[in-house]
Amino acid sequence: MENSITDEKIIADLLPQKFGKAGKIWVGVLTVICLIGLFAYYRQLRYGLIVTAMRDYVSWGIYISNFVFFVAISLVGSLITAIFRLAGVKWGAPLTRIAEIIAVAAIIFASLIIIVDMGSPERFYYLFTHGRIQSPIIWDVIVITTYFFISILLLYYPLLPDIKILLRFKQKSGNGLHKFYNYIGSFWQGTPAQFKLSEKAINILCITIIPVAFTIHTVTSWLFATTYRPGWDSTNFGAYFIAGAFLVGAGAVVVAMYVFRKAYHLEKYITESHFEKMGRVVVLLSLLYLYFNMNEFLTPFFKMKKSEEGYLNGLFSGDFSVVFWFAILIGIIIPVIILLFRQGRKPLPMFIVGIMVIVGAWFKRYLIVTPTLLNPFLPMHDVPASYHHYFPSWEEWAITMGSLAGTLLIITILARIFPIIPIQETLTEQHEKAI
Amino acid sequence: MENNSRRDFLLTGLITAGLVSGCTPKTDPFEAGASDVALPSGKKVKLLSVDGEEIEVDEAFLKPVPHMPPVSNTEARIGIPGKKFVMVIDLSRCKNLKKCQSACNHAHELNPGENWIKVDPMQDAEHTAPYWEPTTCMHCDEPPCVKVCPVDATFKRQDGIVLIDSDRCIGCRFCMAACPYSTRVFNWGEPEIAPAIASQPYSCETSVPQKKGTVGKCDFCADMTRMGELPHCVSACPNGVFAFGDINQDSVSNGAETFRFSDLIKDKGGYRLMEDLGTKPSVYYLPPVSRNFPFESGLENDKEQNK
Repeated sequence: MENSITDEKIIADLLPQKFGKAGKIWVGVLTVICLIGLFAYYRQLRYGLIVTAMRDYVSWGIYISNFVFFVAISLVGSLITAIFRLAGVKWGAPLTRIAEIIAVAAIIFASLIIIVDMGSPERFYYLFTHGRIQSPIIWDVIVITTYFFISILLLYYPLLPDIKILLRFKQKSGNGLHKFYNYIGSFWQGTPAQFKLSEKAINILCITIIPVAFTIHTVTSWLFATTYRPGWDSTNFGAYFIAGAFLVGAGAVVVAMYVFRKAYHLEKYITESHFEKMGRVVVLLSLLYLYFNMNEFLTPFFKMKKSEEGYLNGLFSGDFSVVFWFAILIGIIIPVIILLFRQGRKPLPMFIVGIMVIVGAWFKRYLIVTPTLLNPFLPMHDVPASYHHYFPSWEEWAITMGSLAGTLLIITILARIFPIIPIQETLTEQHEKAI
Repeated sequence: MENNSRRDFLLTGLITAGLVSGCTPKTDPFEAGASDVALPSGKKVKLLSVDGEEIEVDEAFLKPVPHMPPVSNTEARIGIPGKKFVMVIDLSRCKNLKKCQSACNHAHELNPGENWIKVDPMQDAEHTAPYWEPTTCMHCDEPPCVKVCPVDATFKRQDGIVLIDSDRCIGCRFCMAACPYSTRVFNWGEPEIAPAIASQPYSCETSVPQKKGTVGKCDFCADMTRMGELPHCVSACPNGVFAFGDINQDSVSNGAETFRFSDLIKDKGGYRLMEDLGTKPSVYYLPPVSRNFPFESGLENDKEQNK
């Protein structure tokens, strides 16, 4: 008897909720930012990439940084869902949907932003009709597409039992949503055979998504590492990117945990203990990333090869040093210091650390792209003076902000449609505990 | 609206020009058989043979070479059979006149600020002497740009030339990141080209017209080499800095002089840029020794573009 009351309470707590006033303002603001970004992109389509500040030397700018950032964040889906699941980490279960939603939203905008960066986007389909397998871009197209579909499935399959529950609340969800739930999940009866099949499918997906996730970010790092340029010509790049990706993804999950917990009053489901444990994960990942950063910068710094001298000095003490040390301190070192203390792993400090990790990571991606391009082998010469510098134009900022807002919008909408904490799993766990 | 009327005006102008020349067939140099019945006129013209010898020819026997029809995309991608083009750049002769650059920009209808040939002031170390170094596309035998191109828009031909198909290029700019010589140039905006030229179909061999959102670069003037002529930079340089030719014939020419390629490289200590990267360029450099001009003589000419 007591159990059934708890069940109903759990369901009532976890059902998707309509936007309140704050929610509506949030969605409105994000939509406006997206629309400004769209307008900037319209201008870019009309006049060409000339509206950006990119020129022949800095031929890749914040679009590419942003692309790397999105690919990095999307990796968290594989970490929380797959790696935790296969390693038998039970406490991660309530976080899986958050992680998977972030992964799907980020990978969608990674694909979009790479099209935005193209000079002739109307020829995008040439990648499929004229693709050459020897180009790392084609590898990226293949693995990102694969990762996108696996992530969608990893979001979808665990949703099916929840959709069955959602279908019981037609009144609450409203006609439109009810039809949508019916369309995507009415075949799910919850029979043991279906559960067994679903369990098997999710296991297979979890095993396949790990190498695919490693591949998407390794290949993304190879877009740089397959060139000769100082700062990119590194055998460390794949591992360095993966470590950074897990860190920023974990940061994003922490921030999302905090926000959803506050907004939907999920204190009973996302507990302080979850923050405590995620805090430990973030410390581990920060130290790992710090290790790869040392590998990446210390040995070249020791040697100071002539071709790398300008690049390294620019980072350590030159034009980029403020951003560089900001990214290292805010994105890695200070988070570690804060999280080493038990008080630092409480929800609010964790939230702040999560924001720091994300902001630091974004600027780190900027530093991966631009300084290298401003330090070519041959001198920058016989070009207009503006080619010697790079500061993004308003169109670039607007499109970048628009893509970030778009990601948040997708996350918000998915959280509006689907339960942010898996209901069925929570129930099952509750029953297991009761027994 | 304004653009349209301008285009109409230019088109009318072209048609009129065509009609006028059509009415006076005698002056039309491209009229078939126009000079078949030429009789010696007695007027002699001095010419330079391909071997660098001066010869005299009667004016009446001069037949203008009609423009060849542009080759197909397939042919342009294969190249000229049996040839392997090389360039030799003699640094001891360069004083940064930039005639190569302006001839190149003119021939390829490039916009200001967009230079396929750059002339860099180089100084390798504090106590080494500065020199002027013109750079073109190196037309590498292991081209990093071709390796990374996802859609086969840039390609390596049998005759060694690396070209770009602007009708294929998606504008991802991976080739620009991959090229260690920073030779590639992007059309960030709509290139400003006369409408009559801009409306022509693109040819990989002429690299004209350049298109918005695609990459451009030195093409070794593949259209000129097909006609057996020297690239524009080579013929434009008054100091004979550039020599161009076929390594299979072991011969390169700067227009005035013809050299045995292997002797030239051996005698003057020829080398290639960034040999350690393994890109195997087709452009060789002769070191700036026993110079014809002091380095300073080129400084004045450097100011305009590099304020």
